[in-house]
Amino acid sequence: MTARGPILLVERLCKTYGAAPAVDGISFHVAPGEIVGLLGPNGAGKTTTISMILGVLAPTAGGIRIDGIDLARRRSEALERTNFAAVYAPLPGNLTVSQNLTVFGLLYGVRDVRARVEALLAALDLVAFRDTKTGVLSSGEQSRVTLAKAMLNAPRLLLLDEPTASLDPAVARELRARIRGVAAREGQGVLWTSHNMREVEEVCDRVLFLSHGRILLEGDPRRLPGEHGRASLEDLFITVAREPLALEQP
Amino acid sequence: MIGPRVRRVSAVVLRQAYLLRGSPARILPLFAWVAIDVVLWGFISRYLNLVAASGLDFVPLLLGAVLLWDFFSRVMHGVTMAFFEDVWSRNFLNVFATPMTTGEYVSGLVVSAVLTSTLGLAVMLGLATAAFGLSFAAYGLAILPALLILFLFGIALGILGCAIVLRLGPAAEWLIWPIPAVLSPFVGVFYPIATLPRWMQAVSWLLAPSYVFEQLRALTAGRPVSWGALGVGALLAAAAIVLAAWAFVRVYRHAVRTGLLARYSAETVS
Repeated sequence: MTARGPILLVERLCKTYGAAPAVDGISFHVAPGEIVGLLGPNGAGKTTTISMILGVLAPTAGGIRIDGIDLARRRSEALERTNFAAVYAPLPGNLTVSQNLTVFGLLYGVRDVRARVEALLAALDLVAFRDTKTGVLSSGEQSRVTLAKAMLNAPRLLLLDEPTASLDPAVARELRARIRGVAAREGQGVLWTSHNMREVEEVCDRVLFLSHGRILLEGDPRRLPGEHGRASLEDLFITVAREPLALEQP
Repeated sequence: MIGPRVRRVSAVVLRQAYLLRGSPARILPLFAWVAIDVVLWGFISRYLNLVAASGLDFVPLLLGAVLLWDFFSRVMHGVTMAFFEDVWSRNFLNVFATPMTTGEYVSGLVVSAVLTSTLGLAVMLGLATAAFGLSFAAYGLAILPALLILFLFGIALGILGCAIVLRLGPAAEWLIWPIPAVLSPFVGVFYPIATLPRWMQAVSWLLAPSYVFEQLRALTAGRPVSWGALGVGALLAAAAIVLAAWAFVRVYRHAVRTGLLARYSAETVS
């Protein structure tokens, strides 16, 4: 474990399907307390990258270290320090909220799981849904349950794939503030994907633009558009999506 | 103090317990089909005892065999059902992105199956004893290795079934349900293996339950049990578990390599 090193270190990561590269030799890091936005159009390689960091997809080449631990060699130890929330990974709808959180608390090795579940239910305003089947909750409520799951083990690395996609603006704002607070207070590293560029500007310390599996741009989301002659981060995103080669020219 | 491995295995078992507790539709099948089999074969056995002149007691011969075969089926389906819950709820990404290893996951499925099948066996035996006077005592000590062999073989086929569904996709679960029915003609649940044509016998002697049913039949006919044959059955069952675990790990690694695990809910699995 390297308390002063990066929480996440990705080195020359590749994933190819046949001859087609989905992720093409990317390297980046996430520092303690830092929120890094992983941006790019559909098919850019964001979810493939996240899947590899979660250990559910084997890289073709390259390495991933979480809190200094090599994911390929010490998978369980690395994943004890990780958690995630994604819109495409809802929790089982046939278990209640507290049952789901208890089961995942045990899977992540949380010690006093009952107390931790109660604390998260209170923190994410889910107490009223404790004994409700997760599947009957609204999509926004389910997102909050998924976020509670993601925070169960107080992970050193938190991966959030469009975490506010189904939340109303008020709840989304509250959630962003909460995650910023937790990251700053506990030194958590966060990798955040979103298609909402205003959200990215508000929450991320640094962004990485992916296109065709490669990192095309990297920098402060508030300064990056100006540095590339674009009016806003959204304009820059559209340029990356439509004309990535224009940005590659010096 | 409970270690993280035990905690993770218990999470898989606890999930299954929560599902059973919250759903009578899941509890009923643990007993319903077995109860129907006990009643049906109980009356058939009683009728044969009345009309047959062979002097054989058909209750341990047929009803006992049905009960033991149901036990094997319960064990196998106990493993696959716990796995299918993750298939049906599209939970693979959540589960396999945790620190849990494949060994811990499979152990959780097996423990779940042990609990549900033991409960099922107790109910089956209670019903068969109360209604038809079946007693496992009729089999003597041979019942212990017999149950162990059927249990191990059920676990093996359950793990193999999970590997098949993981590899071929959710639609392949319909290949798994009929496995006990497909195997039953080969393992001689109701008749001696010698009844079968030679090619079927060759298959039979590769299947651990064949040794169980042959020996229990010998016992009920008043012949001595061959402990050596039961030993061969136990070895075959243990080998089946090793092969099934190997197959599951191979399929899991393939799924991680190809991205199948990350996008498992898709029906376009290949």
